[in-house]
Amino acid sequence: MSGHSTYEPKWAAARWMDQRLPIVRMGADFMTMPTPRNLNYWWTFGGILMLCLIVQIASGVILGMHYVAHVDYAFDSVQRIRRDVPYGWLMQSTHAVGASMFFLAVYMHIFRALYYGSYKAPREVLWILGCLIYLVMMATAFLGYTLPWGQMSFWGATVITGFFGAVPVVGESLQQWLLGGYAVDNATLNRFYSLHYLLPFVIAALSGLHIWALHVTGSNNPIGVSDKVKTDTLPFHPYFTVKDMLAVTVFLMIFAFFLFYLPDALGHADNLIKADPLKTPPHIVPEWYFLPFYAILRAVPDKLAGILLMVGAIAVLFVLPWLDTSRVRSMRFRPIARWFFFIFIFMCFILGWCGAETPDDNAFLGLSFYRLSQIATIYYFGYFLVILPILGLVENPEERPASITQSILDHGDKPKPEAVQAPAE
Amino acid sequence: MALKTVRNLMIAGGVAVASLTGIAIASGGSVADGYEMVHKHWHWSGVTGTYDQEAMQRGYNVYAQVCRSCHNLDHLAFRHLGDKGGPFYDERYENPNDNPLVKNIAAEYEVIDVNPEDGSEISRPGIPADMFPPVYRNTAEAAYVNNGAIPPDLSVMVKARNNGADYVYNLMLAYDHPQPDSVVTSSGQYYNPVMEGGKIAMGPQLQPQVGVFEYQSETEGQNPPEATVEQMAADVVEFLAWSADPKLAERKSAGMMSMVYLLILALLLWLSYKRIWARLKPKT
Ligand code: HEC
Ligand code: HEM
Repeated sequence: MSGHSTYEPKWAAARWMDQRLPIVRMGADFMTMPTPRNLNYWWTFGGILMLCLIVQIASGVILGMHYVAHVDYAFDSVQRIRRDVPYGWLMQSTHAVGASMFFLAVYMHIFRALYYGSYKAPREVLWILGCLIYLVMMATAFLGYTLPWGQMSFWGATVITGFFGAVPVVGESLQQWLLGGYAVDNATLNRFYSLHYLLPFVIAALSGLHIWALHVTGSNNPIGVSDKVKTDTLPFHPYFTVKDMLAVTVFLMIFAFFLFYLPDALGHADNLIKADPLKTPPHIVPEWYFLPFYAILRAVPDKLAGILLMVGAIAVLFVLPWLDTSRVRSMRFRPIARWFFFIFIFMCFILGWCGAETPDDNAFLGLSFYRLSQIATIYYFGYFLVILPILGLVENPEERPASITQSILDHGDKPKPEAVQAPAE
Repeated sequence: MALKTVRNLMIAGGVAVASLTGIAIASGGSVADGYEMVHKHWHWSGVTGTYDQEAMQRGYNVYAQVCRSCHNLDHLAFRHLGDKGGPFYDERYENPNDNPLVKNIAAEYEVIDVNPEDGSEISRPGIPADMFPPVYRNTAEAAYVNNGAIPPDLSVMVKARNNGADYVYNLMLAYDHPQPDSVVTSSGQYYNPVMEGGKIAMGPQLQPQVGVFEYQSETEGQNPPEATVEQMAADVVEFLAWSADPKLAERKSAGMMSMVYLLILALLLWLSYKRIWARLKPKT
């Protein structure tokens, strides 16, 4: 929680600087930020996400030095990066695998917030900034995926921009304006590259605001009870720096496993076929991290309704703080809501599965993927629009510990706080 | 608490890897009409597996003598053949442009160039720095010669199909599978159950008649296997697998180093974490 700054400049030069631009103070305050001592590993994904962003920008800037944004050369230039640029194979797979890892981490981060009620007061703005980041991330990944100019790049871009054409009245002109022509072509590739280069820096700026907001409200924690007494918190450094670093390293091992042993496994083989506007691939499927939304898009026969649903699926996240009426943050103390939450996660996986399959195919017991995706879509919206608003009013939450310190005293497996005016570093 | 944390981390990691790998594997290809895909054990798969140089050389021969009449290797230059990990790599020639085998191969191809004197178009023997020259002047010619179908580039083929190595291997061998009535082939089309839809515009390429060609050894002391259809198919796949993923050996060895490094780092961080958080324990 942003309390008093404890930073004291030690040298005259530092004092001079502090009076003009207190940037060192800002860093020092970050390091000493009082952080709830009971945070579990679900809270390490924020740090992991920062690393992901840095990795994407660093590898992306290097790719940008060799990549050629032209329909005749884009595909070949990526092959050249993989074959001839020194360590180009490493940069290219880092960037491609990194995008998947980024989404893996962001989904963990979002599910964490949903379970522990981190979106509730006073963290609404923090949450909304997070939703914005997620939105821009999706745009960035979509734009980036067109750049290698494989079959999925081209046809994915064609399908997705095609949906803008379904917007009433202005649809067609909107679509042409986005594409820079009547179809996905060189003009499209150029503007997509330009925007793909731009948006990560928008994400970086939004992340800055996100963290600023975090430092104003402080972190939520697994029991969702705000910190009250001094023993509830620990200084961020060294307690949480070391914990985050451990988690980052474990995450990097998963990253490295894919990077070095299965670099193309998360993508589509079709994207290693050069884009051919005359040859539609039999199955146009987006990257795995878009599959749930793709399933929602296809859950209704009407194109426009599909788009509205898909947009709604993300829009609903923005207003979630006002949809959930419960005053209890953590689902640990919400015996009923907890089960609805687990079903929600399950339904997200179901949607992902539906997104990967052909709608008319049989999922199980004669139920088509089309119907299955409708059921899951109804649950998705029902969870936010019906279950959470009503449950907050009728559910009887379990008794919550009075404070973080108390909850630790009640559970003997954590270090006891009484002895612990945390020694700072 | 210590064990619990380690366990949780391991579970989390395991779930992440398993689910992402699941996604990857679930996207495998399907095959029609009761044809059973032969799943060969490709020895370059696995954590340490790399390509076999002699098999790649034989595979190159198959390419040059059979596939080359229709298919190009768009993304390969001759010099790539002599790169480290490549089929004709020779440690005496760190620079593949000096490698005599590579030079000879390049010289067997005619490359279109411009005469610097008068600007006229000339044809000259290739040099290691040249890319493999296209087989056809343009796609129209390619389609004209091949009944309207265009033979695709083979240099990334093994990556451009699900389970690409198995795919190409089976594609070569599946022509004699009996054609069901449901698949109707027109003239210039052949039945092949491995292709989506069962129809392909490429006839069977690797024929069982002995004497299509025999493997001859490029390097001394080598004992080439008999050029059976299966052997030729496996060898050409080995060559094409390399051409689609030439950095495989380099990548895997870097992977091993990174994993060991990260593991040690994780252990050290784990110990630091224990130590720092131990300060919070009441002193007894
Ligand atoms: C006579 C010309 C010719 C020769 C020789 C030839 N091919 Fe083909 N190949 C074709 C044509 C034409 C196609 C396109 C088929 C189609 O699209 O139906 C093709 C397609 C392919 C495909 C892609 C199939 C797919 O999934 O789309 C592979 C793989 C392939 N050939 C491998 C080989 C290999 C390996 C050799 C050498 C052993 C070879 N070809 C020799 C003409 C040839
Ligand atoms: C939020 C961060 C980012 C995300 C999520 C992201 C995502 C992606 C994705 C999914 C691809 C396609 C990968 C492939 O199949 O090859 C891609 C390609 C690319 N990206 Fe990014 N990217 C990000 C940041 C950047 C940045 C900062 C740059 C800097 C210029 C950049 C430059 C490129 C280039 C040049 C390509 C094409 C080369 C290639 O195919 O690998 N990216 N990106």
